Amino acid sequence: MNFIQEGFAQAVTLLVNFDPATYSAISATLRASSLAMAASLALGIPLGYLLGFLDFRLKKQVRIVVNTLLSLPTVFIGLVIYALLTRKGPLGEMGLLFSIPGIAIGQVILALPIVVALTATAVEAADSKLRLTLMSLGANRRQIAAGTLWEVRLGILAAAVTATGRVLTEVGISLMVGGNIKWHTRTITTAIALETSKGEFGMGIALGLVLLLIALAVNMFLAGLRRRS
Amino acid sequence: MEELSTMRNLMFMLFIGMLLLGSGIFLAAAKGQAAEDGKELLMATTTSTDDTGLLDYLMPSFTSQTGIAIRWIATGTGKALKLGENCDVDVLLVHAPQAEIDFINKGFGTTRKEIMYNDFVLIGPSEDPAGIKGKKLPEALQAIKSAGSIFISRGDNSGTHKKEQALWKTANVVTPEQEPWYKQSGQGMLATITMAAELQGYTLTDRGTYITYESAAESKPALVIVVEGDPDLLNQYSVIPVNPVHCPSVKSMKAQAFSDWMAGGEAQKLIGEFKLLGKQLFTPNASR
Repeated sequence: MNFIQEGFAQAVTLLVNFDPATYSAISATLRASSLAMAASLALGIPLGYLLGFLDFRLKKQVRIVVNTLLSLPTVFIGLVIYALLTRKGPLGEMGLLFSIPGIAIGQVILALPIVVALTATAVEAADSKLRLTLMSLGANRRQIAAGTLWEVRLGILAAAVTATGRVLTEVGISLMVGGNIKWHTRTITTAIALETSKGEFGMGIALGLVLLLIALAVNMFLAGLRRRS
Repeated sequence: MEELSTMRNLMFMLFIGMLLLGSGIFLAAAKGQAAEDGKELLMATTTSTDDTGLLDYLMPSFTSQTGIAIRWIATGTGKALKLGENCDVDVLLVHAPQAEIDFINKGFGTTRKEIMYNDFVLIGPSEDPAGIKGKKLPEALQAIKSAGSIFISRGDNSGTHKKEQALWKTANVVTPEQEPWYKQSGQGMLATITMAAELQGYTLTDRGTYITYESAAESKPALVIVVEGDPDLLNQYSVIPVNPVHCPSVKSMKAQAFSDWMAGGEAQKLIGEFKLLGKQLFTPNASR
């Protein structure tokens, strides 16, 4: 009954023996989350930057909406995307249900508010003094914008780290939209849910540890970026 | 500035207040939960008995006749057996005969009492791409394989998954694994049927869940029964009380009372009368 100990041993065995099912799940997880993160950073950084930098009439209200979206439950996102992608749904023709890009679409909805909100917060925090300094140095509007962006790079990195953590570990979207199909859309988290329902608790813990190792690798990479900048 | 800090203090106190309130509610709920845990019989069962509404129909009679309150966790047979092994439940209602016998041989359960059966059906798209309608079971499975038609498997060690694996063996087909037409959902029965409908594939299901799916789809279900009535498709349910020698904490008297009641005349009659959308689902077969 010592699942945790059993899990540690099994995690090592799975990785060292190149267990094909485990590596298939790792690959599905990485493919879905890289797609999702690429899209959410490409969309989220400019949006968050604008939200933090510009002053407009409904700014406060928009911030509240974005912050509320941080609480979107993943099963709910999964359900909505499922409803859009099902054969009977409006986007059913695209054949994205039970596919990795389908999962990534849902994960973008999960990650986007995080990237937007944290980027905007970083820009706002840097803004007031920085803008004055840059202006006193004689910068024009465009240079101010570029200068601010450079100054908040660590804040944006933090947004990326947080969003990556959420995307890597979510299970609701992967299960609903991906369908947990073995060798295709089974990610590490849906595999954990499955092993648990099979009563293979040790295997579930092993996969959880594998996921933590991946998160560690991703964060070491991001920390490397931080040091360089 | 003065005003701002007063405001901040106020907010902070409000936050602390909410935190205290929240933990108070949590503690009270946990306490209530613990008090209830002592009394109720806890059962692990398969999704089919819960999804079809059988337990909701049957359990009020059990409680009113024996005075025993019961709660259940509906899950795959694999997890249900594991919950029993880990002493997390008192009694099991499951359908995987070989795994059940192993469970008892390992000393985790006391006795296995057969209660009722329903049957499995092979369902698929009404267009029937593999042309198996009305075929015998082994030929039907061989035809799916040679046509390369999509087949969705539960792939979750559930009773249904174990049955499917046995059926491939009976049909002399090596159980598929990585073949592109063979997809393992790793999910519950209804989710798997929904997936089969989306992908226009075949799947094996218990009849009860199929009727549930059929009724939810109203007049036009995407999937229809293509093979049924084979003796190999029988699905036997049994009750097993968890062994008090292995798990001293289980409520073994109540678990035994449940097992006896389920095999008794009253429950057997009720099971036979249970209908889902006008169709009988389970056939009682307890030996008295």
